[in-house]
Amino acid sequence: MAAQRTRGATASLAQAQAEAPELWAVSDFLLSMVESLWACSGNGSGFKMDAALKAQQELEKVEQQIAQMESIAGASTDSHKQLEELRQRVEALRKQIYAHLNAWEKTELARHPQRPNTLEYIERVFTDWSEIHGDRGFSDDPAIVCGMARFHRQEVMIVGHQKARDTKQKVYRNFGMPNPEGYRKALRAMKIAEKFGRPVFTFVDTPGAYPGLGAEERGQAEAIAHNLREMARLRVPVITTITGEGGSGGALAIAVADRVLMMENAIYSVISPEGCASIMWRDASKKELAAQALRITAPDLIQLGCVDATVPEPEGGAHTDQEAAAALLDASLQKHLAELQQLPVSELVASRYNKFRNMAQFFSVES
Amino acid sequence: MAWFKRQSGELDTSGEKKVRTEGLWVKCAGCRQIIWKKDLEDNLNVCPKCEKHFRIDARTRLSQLLDDNQYEVDDQDIASTDPLKFVDLKPYASRLKQAQSDTGLKDAVLNVRGKLNGRPVIVSAMEYSFIGGSMGAVVGEAITRAVERAASCRTPIVIVSASGGARMMEGVISLMQLAKISAALAKLDDTKVPYISVLTDPTTGGVTASYAMLGDLNIAEPGALIGFAGPRVIEQTIRQKLPQGFQRSEFLLEHGMLDAVVPRKQLKPYISRALDFMLAAA
Repeated sequence: MAAQRTRGATASLAQAQAEAPELWAVSDFLLSMVESLWACSGNGSGFKMDAALKAQQELEKVEQQIAQMESIAGASTDSHKQLEELRQRVEALRKQIYAHLNAWEKTELARHPQRPNTLEYIERVFTDWSEIHGDRGFSDDPAIVCGMARFHRQEVMIVGHQKARDTKQKVYRNFGMPNPEGYRKALRAMKIAEKFGRPVFTFVDTPGAYPGLGAEERGQAEAIAHNLREMARLRVPVITTITGEGGSGGALAIAVADRVLMMENAIYSVISPEGCASIMWRDASKKELAAQALRITAPDLIQLGCVDATVPEPEGGAHTDQEAAAALLDASLQKHLAELQQLPVSELVASRYNKFRNMAQFFSVES
Repeated sequence: MAWFKRQSGELDTSGEKKVRTEGLWVKCAGCRQIIWKKDLEDNLNVCPKCEKHFRIDARTRLSQLLDDNQYEVDDQDIASTDPLKFVDLKPYASRLKQAQSDTGLKDAVLNVRGKLNGRPVIVSAMEYSFIGGSMGAVVGEAITRAVERAASCRTPIVIVSASGGARMMEGVISLMQLAKISAALAKLDDTKVPYISVLTDPTTGGVTASYAMLGDLNIAEPGALIGFAGPRVIEQTIRQKLPQGFQRSEFLLEHGMLDAVVPRKQLKPYISRALDFMLAAA
């Protein structure tokens, strides 16, 4: 219904191109419709989920119209004032809708093609990056990047999953899905950091470890298992940030850390919502339900005690303003690194052990 | 006129069938032979004709490994609380209840202390028929406790895996169990107490990607499915038919991922031999 009216409005918009006030009336009408659509929808129900998505789409259309108006509004201060008012309403509504983003929408945000990837964060947060390659056994896996860098003049090691933007790069990076070599390279880099007493930052953004024939032949499971065990006893501070998708064992294999941070719109899960839906519901289209049931968003993970803190993102998500996202990440990393560097090594390792030992204790004990 | 005539009226079909052959014979999935069940059991549930290893439950496993089938059970005091209140086509809580009444276990693992050829050992045996042997918070805690017990009592530990992986119904909580158990194994490794991982059909997903691959020795029964991703997922990803025997024990042995493939009959002597080696050095 709403979509129909918008289409009608766009048509009339074309006719009224020259007349800004009329256009303003159309936008105003549309916006109040979106507002009421949002207000009417129930709270927290499945209907609310649909409403949030729909309202978001409508809001984008209204924004386009406002942009159009701007170009024809001319110098009239009156129309500018009106436009400003309109824009404020849009902003307020966006905030409201955004707060209600459900697990599936967060999943889509976490996978957003424009979301900053590891190398982009490295470029903005760190300096003097020099990459190191290869697992010394089989090959170099481009799906994981490792390297030395400086973080506010401190020498640090960085390990992270790497996704990419264009198709060619995506294929080269294997869509951020590492093979065993990637995990072995990651551990090798972490061991170098341990040897020379440098802190390790890891960045997680992967759909999961690559489920391929070669990966199985070369021991995907063994590579992950080995990383889990060795990271648990690494004798330097380790800080992990889940920047996008935290896909199961493939994510955890570089995420056994003293601090596990999660960006506001990231997800962390034992299985993708699609995978879960096709196994448990026998229907991949139930992905929204599965996403909700799996509890994969940052607030869920905080509540379950599986991550330590959330890193805020700019309004609308990290992809809307990469610089701001990087600045927020930088601030969080600084704070946590400073805290960890207060601890002596033995205490650091002991508290990491205790953290994972006492994590996710959800069972009843009979007396 | 008919040649034969029924003297006593209608056939009586009301009474129960007297002859029951069900449960006496088993068809082997490997060689399609019909085997008398008792023969199969006498042969440790291995097909006498084709050596196919049938899946066995945790208790049977313990009876085969431990002396005189004597052991003390630990950690049966913990049970899942369904932390996510997970409901798919069926509530997880009712799946749990069903599995508990079917197996008589609280969850998919049985921790015991017993003797193996006279030497004290700790064994954690997984129960595949309990929701696919999947690992949630309870399995994670139980195995961690067993590992910690092994470290503190300086008693060797054997973990017999049979699991589809992490338990989806506990979401990310089950994922964290991988880290938890692996951390405990790092500590055990530091104490130099032996850990032997036995992989049985099937061992996949998060279990393979954590403790099952972290033994001082990783050994498997013949023909067991062992891998990280399931064969169907791989087939869909690479869009090719998988080679014969892919992800079976022998395949892993060939690719250097296992120390040995040990037939069920030799399992106990093999572990005993390995412990001789490891403990003599300590």
